[in-house]
Amino acid sequence: MKSIPSTAYPFRASWPARIGWAALLLYTLYAMASLDFNLGRFISGFGNGALFLGRMWPPEFTRWQLLVEDLVESLQIAVLASAIGVTLSLPLGMLAARNLMPAWVTWPVRGLIVLCRSFHPVITAILFVKAIGFGAAAGIAALVLFSIGFIAKLFAEAIEEISLKPVEAIRATGASFPNVVIFAVMPQVFGRFLNFSTYQIEVNLRNSTMVGIVGAGGIGGTLFAAFQRFDYDFVAAILLSIIALIMVGEALTDRVRTLFQ
Amino acid sequence: MSQTPPLDGGAFTAPSLVVRNLVKAYTPGIPVLKALNLTFDSRGLTAIIGPSGTGKSTFIRCINRLVEPTSGEILFKGQNLARLRGRALRHARRRIGMVFQEYNLVERLTVLENLLCGRLGYVPAWRAWLRRYPPADIAAAFALLEQVGLDSLAVQRADALSGGQRQRVGIARAMMQEPDLLLADEPTSSLDPKTSVEIMTLMADLGRRRGIPIIVNIHNVALAARFADRVIGLCRGEVVFDGPPRALSDEMLKSIYGGQDWLTASFQQT
Repeated sequence: MKSIPSTAYPFRASWPARIGWAALLLYTLYAMASLDFNLGRFISGFGNGALFLGRMWPPEFTRWQLLVEDLVESLQIAVLASAIGVTLSLPLGMLAARNLMPAWVTWPVRGLIVLCRSFHPVITAILFVKAIGFGAAAGIAALVLFSIGFIAKLFAEAIEEISLKPVEAIRATGASFPNVVIFAVMPQVFGRFLNFSTYQIEVNLRNSTMVGIVGAGGIGGTLFAAFQRFDYDFVAAILLSIIALIMVGEALTDRVRTLFQ
Repeated sequence: MSQTPPLDGGAFTAPSLVVRNLVKAYTPGIPVLKALNLTFDSRGLTAIIGPSGTGKSTFIRCINRLVEPTSGEILFKGQNLARLRGRALRHARRRIGMVFQEYNLVERLTVLENLLCGRLGYVPAWRAWLRRYPPADIAAAFALLEQVGLDSLAVQRADALSGGQRQRVGIARAMMQEPDLLLADEPTSSLDPKTSVEIMTLMADLGRRRGIPIIVNIHNVALAARFADRVIGLCRGEVVFDGPPRALSDEMLKSIYGGQDWLTASFQQT
């Protein structure tokens, strides 16, 4: 047992941590200066901002048919991308789980999942627009990849956290591997899978309003065009409809979650 | 709770399980089981006692290959279990029921579904997924639930049960396999003394009714002596005692577990 010196300050000061914080602060100041990021610019920009907001009001809803059409397309992109993405993520997540599969299976699958997660959906959307042309198909493909990148990883992690006791018991009954998965693994992870999936639908709904900016379908294309034509009142109408769409979407996924709990 | 009389019939029946030179080394060169040679009759309850970490669980898991033996033979129903792979191994496992210390139920499934897990070796995946079990299996499950006294809890989720109830489900699940051999790994270690006796009684009764051998790992020497027809003492991976429970002297227990302070404390009081 070490004796505690009575004069010592009982909480140890960590000099490396202090130096680290100081370095972070200094670098932030340096970066702000070098990027011309200062209050002056904001103050001079306020007038411009006010003008912009003024031209947004009142929102222009006369072209509501176009709006509804685009919103429906965005919704369809989100729902289809989520459905396909989650369906593909299930087997991929299973194959990536290190407690169920040997390393020579998990490593390539994990590589594939990381690849899916490494690009922002706008970048994959650009690639798909180039590959399969303008329209919703490119947006769906981009969001499917994006969904796999996140959901398959979360699925794999959920499976890696299960208790192996029921797995052992079901194996001992002579059950085949599919039966072990259905009875010992799935019941332990189904609730979390459902949560991940509904969350991914919400995320995809937001993303589906954006992939249109690069021509991959949905309301984003119309929004971008309106910006470029300085139709700020129409921009305001689009933004308000997107907010409404997201709110309705979250309410619906909340209902689904409570339904299955 | 009435004491079940030990069964004496074992002596005249043919051996059902023969273990020859069974070695298991988790780390090469440091065997946990050192060339075990054991023969089990086709009936009766065998208790395996011995200190923690002495290879009791490893031994029992080698039999149904939840643990891979390093070398040796395990002969059961004319097959060497140690050599089986794939489908043949799964088919052999279907005939061997197992009861676990921590019950190992699927918590989120109902009691009935947990029982039907015992039939998963026979039911194809799509049928199991859709819960399309053969009606005979479902009838058997309800019959077993009645035998273990849980018929009112058939549609309760397993995580709503008490420890004793869970172990009853565990035993019923093993019996659903219609096993030719029942293994139990410390089935009473997570239970209170009264429930432990009830669980041992239930297991011994069901085993006797089916006429199958039961091998039980057990810490509690008093329980072992009360229910077993034969006791095997394992110490450091070797058999140091093999005989009827009445031959278990204090001297013998001392050599199995080492030391004697615990004897006055635990064994004599029961």
